[in-house]
Amino acid sequence: MTVATTKSAYWAGVRDGLPFIVMVVPFALLFGVVGIEAGLSMAQTMSFSVLVIAGASQFAALQLMLENAAIGFVLLAALAVNLRMAMYSAALAPHLGAAPFWQRALVGYLNFDQSYMASIAKYEDNPQMTLPAKVAYFLGVALVISPLWCVFTYIGARLGATVPADIEIAFILPIAFLSMVAPMLKSLAHVAAAFVSLIVAISLAGLPAGSGLLIAAVCAMLTGVVVETWMERAKR
Amino acid sequence: MNYTQSEIWLIIGIMAVGTFAIRFSFLGLIGAGAIHPLIERMLRFTPVAVLPGMVAPLVLWPTSAGGEPTLWHFMAAAAALGVAYKTRKVVWGMLAGCAIFFGPLIIGLL
Repeated sequence: MTVATTKSAYWAGVRDGLPFIVMVVPFALLFGVVGIEAGLSMAQTMSFSVLVIAGASQFAALQLMLENAAIGFVLLAALAVNLRMAMYSAALAPHLGAAPFWQRALVGYLNFDQSYMASIAKYEDNPQMTLPAKVAYFLGVALVISPLWCVFTYIGARLGATVPADIEIAFILPIAFLSMVAPMLKSLAHVAAAFVSLIVAISLAGLPAGSGLLIAAVCAMLTGVVVETWMERAKR
Repeated sequence: MNYTQSEIWLIIGIMAVGTFAIRFSFLGLIGAGAIHPLIERMLRFTPVAVLPGMVAPLVLWPTSAGGEPTLWHFMAAAAALGVAYKTRKVVWGMLAGCAIFFGPLIIGLL
């Protein structure tokens, strides 16, 4: 593994991370504005974005805090929203598990939807990628997104109530996630898994934040494996 | 919001530690060790198993429309999905979805 190819993997990650800027910037701004309006201090709003660095759970926590929910409930609900990332961690382990501890810790800190999705797609399309190149690519994607998340939280917090929080912009989120998942629908098994995820999540939408999604994801993964096995048998 | 300053810091602190623990979990514990082949097969479906379930409620019941399904939100979502599937490129799907969604808003503003 030469330094040059690790570097080029890093820059490939940076390039693939660029489209996500259009979803990260408005959400970070929005969190800054809403955080200050809810009554958090500048230091508290920034600590959320820098230390927790998980948009959906930050909004969930803020929403519950506005309703003066019990602290235990705020924590439970907000962390439940992040539980899907344990699955990301497990899915990354076969690829990055042999990396040095500090690199795995850094990947863990930066393991969010966009960095995970972009990286796992890249690893699957390029099975010959070396370990340093895989780590470099992941960090390339993550380090485009995470500084912007923090900087635009700060800008939003400074602007505070002066900007109207336009909620239409929030629809960028589903548009971006659908664009991310579509190229990953490589086989009937993948399509079946996606379909089950959709149906189960909609049916369980009434459950507390995050829990319906976890059940939907496990059902979908099992469906994927079953359909894949069935397809392999049909081929023989 | 009726929390003391230290309570707010407690929430932020536990969320930070908890979120890191979740994200690091398997990367930290397993390291280079083997994951059961069946579990590994399941995990390869993680993206397609998580994302559709995550976005479905947002498309079906968009908050900006007061939680009612609209053809507009549905068409923008379908454009993103369809174009990204055909081109196999994330960025084209995002552009198509944004064009359908924000196009009418922008034209309406002019």
